[in-house]
This record gives sequence, structure tokens and C-alpha cells, in this order.
Amino acid sequence: MCRLFSITSNDPLSPMVAIRAIDVMKEGHDGSGVGLFLTDLGGEFQNFKDEPILSGIFSNEGLKNLDRFMIDQDFMVKYKLSIKPAKTPPPGTPKRDNYVIRVYEYPAEWENLSKEEVQFRLMMVQLQLRRMGEQDESMLIFSFWPDVIMIKEVGDPLAIAEYLGLDRKELMARVILSQGRQNTNYAINIYACHPFFIQGMASATNGENTAFVPIREFLTSRNFPGYTGYNSDSEVFTHILHYMQNKLGMGMEMYKHIITPLKDTELDRHPNGQWLRNLKQSCRPLIIDGPNCVIGCLPDKSMFMVQDSKKLRPGVVGGRPGLFAFSSEMCGLDAAIPDRYINLDYQPMKYETVLVSRERQEIKKWNQLEPLTHPH
Amino acid sequence: MESVGTINPSTLSVKDLPWQIMWNKDKCTLCGQCTTVCPVRAIELGVHRKRTLQVPIGLEEKPGNLLSVYFGIDQRTDVAHACVGCGMCNLVCPNGAIMPLRSNEIDKFRFHVNQGGEPRRRGGRRNSADSVLDKIKFVRISMLTDPALDAGRHEFELRTLLGRILPPEEMLKVSRENGWMPPVREIYPLVIGSMSFGALSPNMWEGLQMGVAYLNEELGMPVRICTGEGGCPPRLLKSRFLKYVILQIASGYFGWDEIIHNLPYMKEDPCAIEIKYGQGAKPGDGGLLMWYKVNKLIAAIRGVPQGVSLPSPPTHQTKYSIEEAVAKMIQSMYMAWGFRVPVYPKISATSTTLAVLNNLTRNPYAAGLAIDGEDGGTGAAYNVSMNHMGHPLASNLRDAYLNLVKLGKQNEIPLFAGGGIGKNGNLAANAAALIMLGASGVQTGKYIMQAAAGCLGSEADRCNVCNIGVCPKGITSQDSRLDRRLDPEKVAQRIVDVYLNFDTELKKIFAPLGRSTSLPIGMSDALGIDDAAAAERLNIKYVL
Repeated sequence: MCRLFSITSNDPLSPMVAIRAIDVMKEGHDGSGVGLFLTDLGGEFQNFKDEPILSGIFSNEGLKNLDRFMIDQDFMVKYKLSIKPAKTPPPGTPKRDNYVIRVYEYPAEWENLSKEEVQFRLMMVQLQLRRMGEQDESMLIFSFWPDVIMIKEVGDPLAIAEYLGLDRKELMARVILSQGRQNTNYAINIYACHPFFIQGMASATNGENTAFVPIREFLTSRNFPGYTGYNSDSEVFTHILHYMQNKLGMGMEMYKHIITPLKDTELDRHPNGQWLRNLKQSCRPLIIDGPNCVIGCLPDKSMFMVQDSKKLRPGVVGGRPGLFAFSSEMCGLDAAIPDRYINLDYQPMKYETVLVSRERQEIKKWNQLEPLTHPH
Repeated sequence: MESVGTINPSTLSVKDLPWQIMWNKDKCTLCGQCTTVCPVRAIELGVHRKRTLQVPIGLEEKPGNLLSVYFGIDQRTDVAHACVGCGMCNLVCPNGAIMPLRSNEIDKFRFHVNQGGEPRRRGGRRNSADSVLDKIKFVRISMLTDPALDAGRHEFELRTLLGRILPPEEMLKVSRENGWMPPVREIYPLVIGSMSFGALSPNMWEGLQMGVAYLNEELGMPVRICTGEGGCPPRLLKSRFLKYVILQIASGYFGWDEIIHNLPYMKEDPCAIEIKYGQGAKPGDGGLLMWYKVNKLIAAIRGVPQGVSLPSPPTHQTKYSIEEAVAKMIQSMYMAWGFRVPVYPKISATSTTLAVLNNLTRNPYAAGLAIDGEDGGTGAAYNVSMNHMGHPLASNLRDAYLNLVKLGKQNEIPLFAGGGIGKNGNLAANAAALIMLGASGVQTGKYIMQAAAGCLGSEADRCNVCNIGVCPKGITSQDSRLDRRLDPEKVAQRIVDVYLNFDTELKKIFAPLGRSTSLPIGMSDALGIDDAAAAERLNIKYVL
């Protein structure tokens, strides 16, 4: 079973905080991969809050192609973080030419575009690059978005972090999502590494989504180019979140109502039962199944955790004002924030959503059985 | 045979028939029950003369003949009275002295069941035990990371939806604007397929309705039953149980006078309206209720004269085209119930299914599509229609589903699959396979008749005399002497047994796949088949 650890802090942290927590939970993952999603960046990247950052892995040839492509698109490199890995990669990790984290300046002609259009184009650039490098694996693209850095690699998380030198001071973030991968029934493919990202939001999961195929079919048939990939059955969690927020215009309050709707008898008692029943019917192909703990981050930098409708996975949230961590195991949380009031630790159950917003003052919780707060 | 008799082309011997009666003289008590019960009078009392040669020892007495007479059974060999293999003789025989056996070769009878130029008509099914559905295996078993669920202890959501489901964006818009939300029913995914009052005996119908009511009211299982084309008894139309009934309208419009007249008295809306454009057993052919079965009661409910055959036209004569039928008929049916009742068409599976489906996707009122495959059963049809007409269900349903996926409307128009589900007894496995191929639910008739009422029909052309009203079990007859063999209470009890058994088996399939929170519609990654061509055609795994 994969291990998840996420942390949100008022003061920028090194991704090593998350990597160490993942390492503490090592019993549960076999070191077949690690994924990091960093946002609300500190360090050097604090100065480039609005410019898109490209994260990926490139071969030397791929890097040349990238430069050619980006120049053609009129993107100029504004800042780059050069990662110079040690000579020998750790066991299981392939030797790569370039780990790329680059901040670009927008093309001049994008200046007057609406925010939606800019966001759409950023996604399209990411998809185009991914397609260009897919055949020969010369480019592996993880994200292209302002204030977001993603790092993914195959191998043991701690060994990779040391190999890549992730403890450097330029690389700091207030929000970090990480996953230590237990490779399961899909071949080790770096695109199958969590967290998954689409237009500013990301999520990571430990579990297995047995309803994957019908959900994938539903999402791909929405005709939105970003709903693609699906090297992992967990990628749909991120895309459902995106579909809910960006296409249906609903807030986080509705996520559980879409992926794990209430049962009919529960809907009969719910004050918004009729409306929720309509939603359940319309979103029926998005109902997930199987054991899943989902930790994610929204574009407004709030961090959340939800569970499947049977609550088959562990998951705990704890911390103190200014610093909270979301962990699939208690030991990960203990390692990251030992000095917290543990009585306030919270393990969300099958009806609950927990969220820590950017202010990081408290753990907000709500329950599906409660009346809806927003009229829809 | 008389010595002076002639041999005609259609003179058959017992050996030429599909079924031969084996009778044991030693066991027979000459009670006569077998000859009485035989639905087609294939056997009759036989008076046999027997000569025994007497050869005494010595020369005093000359050898001579001892002539004696014994009584027993004669099997008739004329076409009209050929044994149908129902086996009722065996059922009633106190000593087990008699039994029909299937001929060990292709019979000669089939070349002669067209006396007077009238092709063979019968009830039953395609008479082929082949089933692609039986070959489908559920191969994606949850192991390790996603532990298999506990079929006995976990909660399972096994309901499905019948009705036009709005896409999420549209649903939110309609909800905001207080617009019309199409009616959607949450029902059990196994629907009792359309078998009409008329095709079925009153006792059978009553038993089915009682069973369905019990399942709904006592066990909380939202099971629905479709009437078929034959109307609905007014007492049911006016009762609260109507909500468990899908009313069918077909090209003969039988029974719809009564239904329309009862509209003001209905306490509940029916579950849905099914417009039958075709059925799997006799695709492109209309319904057929032969005159034998049109008695006073049936005539009254259907609004027709007594004792005449009731062949429905192949198409709805009032409609110019399928487009019109879809647009107008669906809409007028919606209007009749104030847009509160889902209306959907049922067609026989055909290579043109996608044309119909594409029409429906553009019609905001179409509440689903029922597709009836070639293995569907019927109370009466021409043999040739049953055996040779129609499209296999699995690929047709799969094509329809994948077409909806391409359009992004897989959740908007539920597909219901019927025809041959459980034909070899594997009801839950067949239903689950179809659901994972993309069906929202399945319809079954024959399995229900066999399991709940003891129908004797089989894929080996056994019995199949539903059309002439002589059903030896009283299931499809309209003769009260036969009907009373069937106790409606017992039928109801068996319906409950069938559904409870189905429910458990369905969970035993879904639980190991790790599915419980919603019906795994389109979960094709769980399916495998050991036939490469079928795997490719259905877009599922090829396994050996």
C-alpha cells in the first residue's frame, strides 16, 4: 500500500520534511517511486509567483526539443533550478540526463488573455510537451503552472531525495504533497506516480479504485483535453475534483457527494436529499469504489483529506496553528510534527471531509449528512 | 397400421419423431393418467393383439397359436399429435412406467410440420444452447491492495436507474431554473420481462404480481415487471401496486383502451412505459396471440372479439417512420401521465441498433433503450423467426454502450438488455456480464417461467406449445382446467426465492471484484473470455 504525507506550513519547508516522514512509514511502501507536489513556494521561487514553472525530466535531446518548442511559443526562461544529481543513481533509479525546474515568462501575446484562457493554454502546452516526448521518453512533464513544482522518480524516496539534493535552500514550499509508492498492478511508469496534477490542483491516493474504467470513460468523453493520461487508476480522483470545480462550479463541500454519494436511505433523511439524489444520478459514473484515502491540494492552497465510503484506509490529520500535516499513517505525522496536541488529531471517517485552508489556523471538518451550506 | 393402408409422404414412424415414448408394460397400472394429461394427445390407449406360439412336447397335440390381448400405450405419429417431449406423462405416472426420450438423430418430423402449407408456429426460444454470456468470466479479482469485499457482510448498492438522466451541467441548470427534470426510477437491475396477460394465464400473472409486490413491500427490493402487450387488469391499474409495473404499448395497442379509461382512477403512476418496436424472439414481426387463447376475459381486457387470432402488425401503423415514432409516441406517452413517467422503446437487437440509439440520444425525452437479443423467448411465433432471425445480444449491447461512451452519454440513456439471460441457468453471471459490458439492467422472462412456475421448455425443443393454449403447467394456457394446476401463491413464493438467490449471487460476483458502492456498469476490465475473436469484438480480455 502506498504511503501519503502532506504538510502545510506558514513558514516554507524543505521537501525533505515530507521525504523523512515517508521514510518513517517505509514499512508500507517498497520504494518503487516517489512523487512530490510543491506549491505556495518559498525560497527563490517566491519571486516568481505568477510565472509558470515547468517541472519534468528530459534527455539531452529532449531538452533541445524543449528549448526549440518554447522559443517558438515565445516563452522565455526567467529562472531555472539546476539539479545536478550524484554520479551513480540509487539502485532501481534510472540514470537521467536532466531534471528540469524552469520558470518561464509568458509570451507577449498572452498578455491580454483572460485568466481562463491562460490556464487553458498552459495546460495545452503541458500536454503538447508530454505528447512530444512520449514516444522516445525524451520528455516527462509533470506540471506547467505558476507556483507549482513537481518532482517524480522511480526508486526509494529518501535515496532519491539525497541523490537529487532536494535539501537545497532554493527549494522550499509551504504546501507539500508527497507519496511513497508501492507499485501495484500497473507497470512502473513514472506517469503513474502520484500526486497527479491538473490546472493548479493535485491529489494523491493510497488504494485501488476498482471503478476506474467507467470513470475514465466518463471523463474522457467530456471532451476536455486535460482528461487524459490515466496511467494510474488514481488519476481520476484529481480529474473528478477538477471537473467538479471547473466544470460544475462546485466547492470542496460537494466532492464527497460526488465520489461517495449517500445511500438512498440516507438521502431520504437529508435536508437537501432531493437535490443530492439528482446529483448522485447525474454523476453516477463518477462514484468511486475500493479502498482509498485521498489527500489533495486545491488552487487556493487549501489541503484536504477524504476517505472511501467504507473507510477502508487509515488517514490522520494533526498539527498546530500554522503547521498541519496529513498522513496516511500516524507514525508519519509523529515524525513530522512531534510537538502537537495529539488529542486534536483527527481521523476522517466515511462521511467526512477535512480541510486546512491557507490560513492554517484549524482543521475544518464537515460531514455529508449535514445540510449543504451553499445553495446550488 | 391397417394392412390395406397406404404410405403417404408425411406418414411417419415413431422413430421419425423428435420424441419417442418409452413405455414399460411391466410397470404400467393402466391408470390412464398419462393419456389424460398429455397436452397434445400424443399417446392413447392401445389395444394390442399378441400371438404366442404353443409347441407342446410330444406328438399328441399339434403346435398351435395362443392369441391374447393386452392393453397399453400407443404413440401417435401424425404431425398434429407428435409428442412434444414435455414429460408430463412421466410426472403423473405413479410407477414411472413412461417417459419421452429425445431421438438420437435429427428427426424427420421437421420436414412435415407444414401441412396445408402452414409453417410451424410454436412458443419457446431459439433452441440453441450456445451462449457467449456463459463463456464470459470475471477475471479481475481484488487481491492484496484492494481486498475483496465480503458479500455477506458489506453493504451493496445494487440499484440501477431507469429514465433519462441529465448530464451534471444540465441537471444543475435545470435545478437552478426550476425546469423540468425527467423522471428517473431507482429500480432493481433484474426486470421481469414483458409477458402479456393473455400469453400468460391469469394464475401465472397473479403469482408474478404477488411476488413482485412482496419483494417491494416486505423485502425493500424495487423489482419491476413489464406487462407485455396485452393490457393490464383494471383492478391492478387502480391499485397502489401499479407503481411496480411497466406498462407496455405495442403495435396492436391491445389493452390500451382500458388503460386510458382508467387513467383518472390511478392512485399511482406506473413505473414506466415501454414502447415495443420489436422483440428478440421474432424480430421484425408483430406479437401473436393465437385464437385458442382469446377467451372472454382476454378479449375483454384487450378490447377485441373472442376466439380470433391477434397478430399485431410488425410496426406501429400510425407512425410514418422510426423518427416519428420516437418523437411523437414517446412524447404523447409522456403527456398522458403529465411528464411524470419515463417512456422508453424496446427494440429487437439488430445491426441497425445504433441508428435507433443515435435518434434517442437527440430526443430529450427518451428514457432508455431496451435491446432484446435473438435468444429472447415468446409465447407464439413462426419457427423460422425464432430460429434464424435476429442479432446476438452481447455484441449489440456492447456496440450500443461504446457508442454512448463516444458521445459521452453513457449515463444519460440507460440500456436494458434482454433475451437469453440465464438460458442455461446462469442468471446472475449472465446479468453481471451484461452490466459490465454496459447494460444498466437486464430483462428476463423465460428464466422466471422456468424457475418460478416450472415451465418445461428447453433449448432442445421441448414442450414449446405455449401458442396453442395447452400449457401442461398452466403457465401459458387460458383454460381454467389447466390454469388451476398453477397455484399463484406458490409462484409468488418462487419469485421471491429467485430474486433472493439472484441478489446473493450478484454480490458474490461483485464483492471479489471490489465493487459495492454502485452497480459496475461498463466495468469491462473485469471481463475475460477464452475466445480471441469474441474478446476483440467485445473489447474485453482474451484469457486462456
